Amino acid sequence: MKDTDIKRLFYAHLFCVFSIILTTFIPSLFLEEFSVLETHLTWLCICSICVTILNVALYLLVKPNPSSKRSSISHKISRVLKSCVYFSISCLLYHAIIVLYGAPLIELMLETFLFAVILSTFTTLPCLCLLGPNIKAWLRVFTKNGATSIWDNSLQITTVSSVIGAWLGAFPIPLDWERPWQVWPISCTLGATCGYVAGLLISPVWIYRNRKQLTYKSR
Amino acid sequence: MLKALVLLFLAWVCFLFYAGIALFTSGFLLTRLELTNHSICQELPGKGPLVGGGRGEPGACWTAPRFSRAVIVLIDALRFDFVQPWPGGLPAPQPFLGRLGSIQRLLEAQPQHARLYRFLADPPTTTMQRLKALTTGSLPTFIDAGSNFASYAIQEDNLIAQLNNTGKRVVFMGDDTWKGLFPGAFSEAFFFPSFNVKDLHTVDNGILEHLYPTMDRDNWDLLIAHFLGVDHCGHKHGPHHPEMAKKLNQMDQMLQTLVERLENDTLLVVAGDHGMTETGDHGGDSKLEVMAALFLYSPLPLFPRAPLKDPEAVPQVNLVPTLALLLGLPIPFGNIGEVMVDLFSGEGDTQPLATALAQASAYHLNAQQVSRFLHAYSLAAQDLPPEELQRLQNLFSSASSEYERLLDQLKTEEVREADIQALISQLRLFLRGARTACTETWAQFRPARMIGGTVLLASTCLLCLVTSGLASSPDFPFHCLLLKSVAWGLAGSALLAGGLMAGGSGLEPALLSAGAAATSLVAFLWNLKSRGRPPMAIILPGPLPILVLLFLRSAALFSDSFILAEARAAPFLLRSLSLFLVAQLHWEGRLLGGWPTAPCLSSPTVSMARREGPRALGLLVGLLLCVRLSSLFLRCPEETPVCQSSPWLAPLAAMDGGQAKNLWYGACLGALGVLVLSVRFWLRRCGNLNSPAPPVLFVRWGLPLMALGTAAHWALASGSDEAPPRLQALVSGAVVGLPRAVLGLAALGLGLLLWQPVTVLVKTGASSSNPIVVPFVGPPASQADLDYVVPQIYRRMQDALRGKLAGGGSQTPMALAAYGLGSVYSAAVVTALALLAFPLLLLHTERISLAFLILFLQSFLLLQLLATAIGNPAGSSGPFSVPWLAISAWALTATQTFYSTGHQPVFPAIHWNAAFVGFPEGHGSSPLLPAVLVGANTFASHLLFSGSWLPAALALALCV
Repeated sequence: MKDTDIKRLFYAHLFCVFSIILTTFIPSLFLEEFSVLETHLTWLCICSICVTILNVALYLLVKPNPSSKRSSISHKISRVLKSCVYFSISCLLYHAIIVLYGAPLIELMLETFLFAVILSTFTTLPCLCLLGPNIKAWLRVFTKNGATSIWDNSLQITTVSSVIGAWLGAFPIPLDWERPWQVWPISCTLGATCGYVAGLLISPVWIYRNRKQLTYKSR
Repeated sequence: MLKALVLLFLAWVCFLFYAGIALFTSGFLLTRLELTNHSICQELPGKGPLVGGGRGEPGACWTAPRFSRAVIVLIDALRFDFVQPWPGGLPAPQPFLGRLGSIQRLLEAQPQHARLYRFLADPPTTTMQRLKALTTGSLPTFIDAGSNFASYAIQEDNLIAQLNNTGKRVVFMGDDTWKGLFPGAFSEAFFFPSFNVKDLHTVDNGILEHLYPTMDRDNWDLLIAHFLGVDHCGHKHGPHHPEMAKKLNQMDQMLQTLVERLENDTLLVVAGDHGMTETGDHGGDSKLEVMAALFLYSPLPLFPRAPLKDPEAVPQVNLVPTLALLLGLPIPFGNIGEVMVDLFSGEGDTQPLATALAQASAYHLNAQQVSRFLHAYSLAAQDLPPEELQRLQNLFSSASSEYERLLDQLKTEEVREADIQALISQLRLFLRGARTACTETWAQFRPARMIGGTVLLASTCLLCLVTSGLASSPDFPFHCLLLKSVAWGLAGSALLAGGLMAGGSGLEPALLSAGAAATSLVAFLWNLKSRGRPPMAIILPGPLPILVLLFLRSAALFSDSFILAEARAAPFLLRSLSLFLVAQLHWEGRLLGGWPTAPCLSSPTVSMARREGPRALGLLVGLLLCVRLSSLFLRCPEETPVCQSSPWLAPLAAMDGGQAKNLWYGACLGALGVLVLSVRFWLRRCGNLNSPAPPVLFVRWGLPLMALGTAAHWALASGSDEAPPRLQALVSGAVVGLPRAVLGLAALGLGLLLWQPVTVLVKTGASSSNPIVVPFVGPPASQADLDYVVPQIYRRMQDALRGKLAGGGSQTPMALAAYGLGSVYSAAVVTALALLAFPLLLLHTERISLAFLILFLQSFLLLQLLATAIGNPAGSSGPFSVPWLAISAWALTATQTFYSTGHQPVFPAIHWNAAFVGFPEGHGSSPLLPAVLVGANTFASHLLFSGSWLPAALALALCV
């Protein structure tokens, strides 16, 4: 049971990684003058949309959490609507945090916002998919003993690694190497993406290696 | 006994730090004394007759002028290989090769008119330093200790000043750096902004617009055109970009046209001030950066000999005496360059003897001037080695007497050319020796000392890290460790002194103290290790992320771009730290208790944790907002062109709009009021304002008085010009008196506070009717205090929480700590902060008071947040230890404050006006008081943030 779960997790994550890799060069077949660095905002949108679609599709396919008992249409619709609202709130919150961290307030607002969107895609969206629009469950998952399944563990790892990646991405900005990727917010978005990918790859391995220690109490 | 030992230990650690810093700076900070002496036209640098006989002619100074006019085309970052002739027909493999065809054609067609040199710049290869070198003939260092720090203007004797003195007209166009260097020295000037390195064309096109019309007019004697496009192109694209080819082609076009318009009496100098690396940067001492190009051209034949196959290399400073003598000017006083001898041929070009004589005469003048400079400099400063000076002096006097002998001989008989050549080589030996001696003293880093200093500093930090974990245990063997290490240190320094004496070099205090520090440090660590291996947990105190953060912070000091960005990097790290703190609290389940899945938490903690969550979040958001707001007061470093300094750093007196001025003044008054009232309110809420003790009385009445004085001073200082005439005397008296009164009050208050730092504690303990609890987290003053306070608090808490708390006795005092701010000393700390803040506020401009308010708020929030984090005993080893997290956050806040009060770590950013607060007429001759005032202004944040702990530290030291 557990091993099959880990396998499912691993394949799902591999899909995500491949989709992110694909977004870097597939669009250049359709769009002229597409490159990750020069038309960065386009890539951000494409990447964000791809990851969103893939996450939702995987969630529907894999069904990591047994669905709740009430599953009327109206309940489902309200959940979806709620999720959308939560997602946009998280985008705004991320934007505010990024500005508080020193991003320009007025200039480059679109860039900052898209950075917030991609961060939300990497962190809030998986939470929404796995835990539903339930803040209490989110808060529970991100505590020391809060994980109740390997999916929760992988959520912890990918989320934290995306945020750390974005944080590390800010470090090259002041350096005087004059590279095109040192422009705000490219290094941060790339850092977040790399962190997300790393988290996707690390989490199945980490869970597999620690599978003996991971005992989950059912709630 | 222990008290003295601890103090001694701290003094020893201080000594280690100072020794490391002294060693590093002795190798890194290149210093040189600027002499303000000027060469004078009518006065030769030494005795002796003149061969050229130029003294009688009009417009001639030490020699007859060879050219009456000169055009200097300075192309920034013109590397030698940009100019190097490229064989025709071959396609150039690089965009910068073979672009300056006009120079190549002149070199081939008129070898006697034109000459190309490799132009060796001295490091630092930055434009400002190079411009100083190119006009003064000296070696500018990072710190030129001159009479005036505040302005860039060149104080030393220089070519431009000599031209002005002899009544010649200098026309300048190009880089506006010259405006700061030579204020008011140009008869006509066209300055263009140079800061934006992305802009390739503004300066160049501006020059091209004015260059040819000016050349055709006749109102100049020296024309300087400083082109920046090539340098900016290097910075923006690098030398390998096609844009560089375009830029060089434009320069080629310009030179072509320029040469066509050149008249016979005019010398053309085309020079680069420095080169550039493969990536287009400069500033260091690599070969590509140092190797610039120099091209000389005259419409009349100039050079007696054909050029060498490979262009000769000449040091950059050599251009200065050469130009001075060619234009008939005195050589600038501080010049250490040697004349370029090729350009000094005699009148009859064909006679080798006349040529040699003319060259010897130029050399002799040059040598006289350099000898005079060395003499004057060695009188003023001692940094040139005296033995070397003596050797040079002997060399010069023998060459000089030889020169006089030859001149005497010339009157009566023939002189052999070989004799003159021998004399020339002797003079050249002297000049080069002098230059080498100066270069070694002024322009060479000593990497060994820099590395040694860094290693010493790093290992002292390591020592602090190790001992901070160990020394808190009472049985830490201070005495034997300290005695041994001090003994070893003394022995080491004695050995070093002996070695230095034996080696014949002088005793340097920096070296000796570094030797002592290093040996004592090694002895200490060795003894520590031999006492048993300490566990890793002690060596690495604090959680890993904090250590990573601290490491990042110190590693950033080694990156120049991070030093530029420190104003933004320190707040970034501070925000990360606080966010990490809250995230960690949440991760450990301390913010949101009450989840049934968190079995480690018992119910009473949970009930409090419920309230902790939103509170911690609120504190975090407030802190982040404060940090962000305080960045509104940043000043920009000079090097970043896009950055705009905050307009609020200017004093209110500089504003002209009446309404806006009043509004701002109101805002500053508001900030002052809020500052005083919040301190009072906070102290009152904690029950600290009821005692009749002098410090408390002072807080109640002295602080508002100081605020009033400050406000009145601001009003008078910002509007003193508008005062009616009959009040002028009163106003000027108040401008002097008020700041001094505030300073005196602050000193009085601090004295009172230091005299009775712990009155607050006694007070709160004594008033039993007061139900307010002073929680505490910081170290207790003594065992007696501990015995006294803890039961008191415990009893009150028990009264207050009885019924609510079902928990056992062991949990209650721990839970107490979760509520409070800081420590028992917090009242004293807050008072000290407020007392320190007022004099420091006076030293800043008015609107910085808003920044101070934000900073107070921010540090308050930070302390609250830290108290929340530390208050939970699970996070720290003991209830009374201060974790590394708090210390690093406090240090980062100090750094951030430094920047957000409008400071930058560069000399031009120092607020010199602070020296005149309370002393509007200046200080007379004493340099001490202005230095103290300016220092207090510059280090205001560090004074505030470390000085606030002074009472606490003193109380601790007294009670140990």
